[in-house]
Amino acid sequence: MAGTIETYGRKIEDLARAQGLDFYPVQFEEVPDSFMMEVAVYGLPVRMPHWSFGVRYIYQLIQHRMGHSRLFEVVFPGNPGRAYLAKGNSVQENTLVVAHVLGHADFSKHNELFRRSQQEVGYRIVDQAAGHARQIAAAMEEHGQERVEQILDAALALEAHIDAFKGLRRERYPEFVEEQLIDDDTFRQRFHRLPGDERPAPQHEPKKRASLPLQPERDLLWFIAQYAPDLEGWERDIFLAVREESFYFYPVFACQIMNEGWASYWHARLLREADFIPQNEYLDAIKTHSDVVRPHAADRQASLSINPYHLGFCMWESIIDNLGMEKAMQIRAQDDDFGFIRNYLTAELAEELKLFRYKASNDGAVEVVDREINALRDAILAPKYSFGAPAIAVRHVEADGTLHLVHEHGTDGRGLDFKRSEKVLDYLHRVWRRPVKLDTVDARGEGRTLRTPAE
Amino acid sequence: MEHPSTFAGCREADQDWYDLFSRGARDWLRHNEKVRRAVRDKLPEVLANADVLGGDRSRTVKVPVRFLEHCRFRLRDADEMLGAGQGDVKPGDQLAAPGQQQGDDQGEGGNNEGGVQLLLELKIDDIVEWLWEELQLPNLQSKTGATQDDDYRREGWSRRGVRSRLDRRRSLKESLKRRAVDPDGPAFTDEDLRFRQLVMRRQPATQAVVFFAMDVSSSMRDRDRQLAKTFFFWVVEGLRRQYARLELVFIAHTVKAWEFDESEFFQVRGSGGTVASSAFSLVRDTIAGRYDPARYNIYLFYGSDGENFKDDHEAAEASLREIATLASFVGYVETPATEERALDSETGGIFRTVADEGRAVGSYALTTNESVWDAIRAFFREHVAAEAG
Repeated sequence: MAGTIETYGRKIEDLARAQGLDFYPVQFEEVPDSFMMEVAVYGLPVRMPHWSFGVRYIYQLIQHRMGHSRLFEVVFPGNPGRAYLAKGNSVQENTLVVAHVLGHADFSKHNELFRRSQQEVGYRIVDQAAGHARQIAAAMEEHGQERVEQILDAALALEAHIDAFKGLRRERYPEFVEEQLIDDDTFRQRFHRLPGDERPAPQHEPKKRASLPLQPERDLLWFIAQYAPDLEGWERDIFLAVREESFYFYPVFACQIMNEGWASYWHARLLREADFIPQNEYLDAIKTHSDVVRPHAADRQASLSINPYHLGFCMWESIIDNLGMEKAMQIRAQDDDFGFIRNYLTAELAEELKLFRYKASNDGAVEVVDREINALRDAILAPKYSFGAPAIAVRHVEADGTLHLVHEHGTDGRGLDFKRSEKVLDYLHRVWRRPVKLDTVDARGEGRTLRTPAE
Repeated sequence: MEHPSTFAGCREADQDWYDLFSRGARDWLRHNEKVRRAVRDKLPEVLANADVLGGDRSRTVKVPVRFLEHCRFRLRDADEMLGAGQGDVKPGDQLAAPGQQQGDDQGEGGNNEGGVQLLLELKIDDIVEWLWEELQLPNLQSKTGATQDDDYRREGWSRRGVRSRLDRRRSLKESLKRRAVDPDGPAFTDEDLRFRQLVMRRQPATQAVVFFAMDVSSSMRDRDRQLAKTFFFWVVEGLRRQYARLELVFIAHTVKAWEFDESEFFQVRGSGGTVASSAFSLVRDTIAGRYDPARYNIYLFYGSDGENFKDDHEAAEASLREIATLASFVGYVETPATEERALDSETGGIFRTVADEGRAVGSYALTTNESVWDAIRAFFREHVAAEAG
């Protein structure tokens, strides 16, 4: 007789702890497929309302109906963690999912990026996001759907534009700057104290108003929330709510390969060692495993994308085989995907996994370029920097209040899509309430400034 | 080592709050509402492009629309993109040839529309409502005047009548009045009862007949018919707001004129020349035979490419004049070959002459889909002006 998910779940958990995994408690909940699908769309079980989620929802619904995607689990880090299992799954599938979730739970408790994010954002993101949703629903009640939507149009469009390294809670810039004294640094001070080199006491210059921002500012959500000239309190709160969720999403995004790989490694290992699961059920579960971590659809010769579960899984296996479990635990605590891929995706492993770099022309032609390891790492990581969004910073707020943005096209290698960018500037303009302009380059690399309102 | 159990078990049932509503569906409906509004802002294009005159008389139009895109900053598409893949290939291999669409494992759903199109169903009544708002026209009033109907209407109360017309409220009032004077009297007596009374009165006519006449001679192209058809359709929908009953008569002509039913009318294809008076005479005779001008508001719309036999000039003008004296409004829609020569035609001249005599006659040139919209707008403005005058 097949065991229940409860009995298997507890045993898997004991096994995981015995193997050295360490995690906060996880609350599991079985939910219908429709719920799983919504979580995939919103990224969180209850999230603020916005029409753009409706569009994604319909695509997801269509894909789901056509059988393109199947969602086994979603897990939210925290203390306690939350995990949702699809009700339609078999016991074997869910046993595997529980093992997988515990891998994630261990990862998110120990990984530095996750730890910092949870310290800042909090350990109950599911409840916090639901709180934001309520807050926004209340704002709609009070200020009308249109006005709230206007704020969300802008804030959600800038979702990716945070500066994860400057942190969630930041002070406003100082209003005045001291005149920069050259002999600020200790070496110069000591030099000047040498005998015979008396120098006049530094004169205190009048304070100078700081330019805004002091340096180019990448955290657009923060900057607008802090410095938009006419933003009301409740509007600022919405901006900050969106920003907080972005800070929550950042480690999930920046550690995807590591995290999914780690969870896949552990579900495979825990199942292998779970002698309480009958042989036939084990085979069913392991079949699910190979479906999840297969490199690409079986009927295809090659895939133009890399399955992060498969890549991560193979990398962790190789790390644990070659460097040992202790080192692996250390890597999962300290790295993100950038360090992980650069340091541990070796040429041999890449060859074994048959990774390649390709070139896709806009006429539809796709050609395999090479298997050179450094180029390959770059190609894997390129779409991962700051949520894969273009590098845009606030350059300056002009005397008339104009918000001057700049696209660092050198970093991105090419200019922006004008049509979409202008639309985003429109969203911003309705929130900034002064002119907004953005420097970028056109197809030939010539400078181009987009403005709203157009001149 | 002892530790509190993590695996708290799978809760279910007690927490199925998420079953109560779907957030996805809610946001999807909001998206559709926004699309609807966007469509409304671009009504002319929608009207022009939608095939509003589908065979069935369903009261909705289906308009294909694109999903709204919530834009983000994005890099422009590069001529060449580099990516990482996995599989059994070697450098130099062609995975796809130019012109071939790439496989569906290119990233996730994202903003790619994936061939999905939204078919928005708009109620024709809503469109007409928007149209009215956009034109800022008052709602058309039934006109009083020449056209009258005799009909019963309620007027006053009687002490006698059939039970179905008993006015309980009024009767109770009478009872209260009586008992105020005589508190000990019975609750109801026959004297308290009041019945609604009907009388025959003349009333403004609420029925109308619309004649659509069209030149179907060989010079009328499919495009011309389509333009005329779209125009006719919206005119009818506008007039339906005004009249409780609207009858339509379809007449096609070449050198002779015939009456058709609606389904055939737009398919009719004739050959040979154009004698407009044949159609006008048939309209005039039909009015005389079936639609008493005292009881019907009469409209005539005539569609043509503007060509007419020179010899027919006087006959056409005379019969048109006769109709114009009877009709509430006469409209002429011309589908000229070129925009420059619009309405400067033989037929255009006839209508202009009659209009100059102070009749409610309007002429409209239909050259493009957009001009249909202008014509509809112009028609309703003039029509309202004619009503007011």
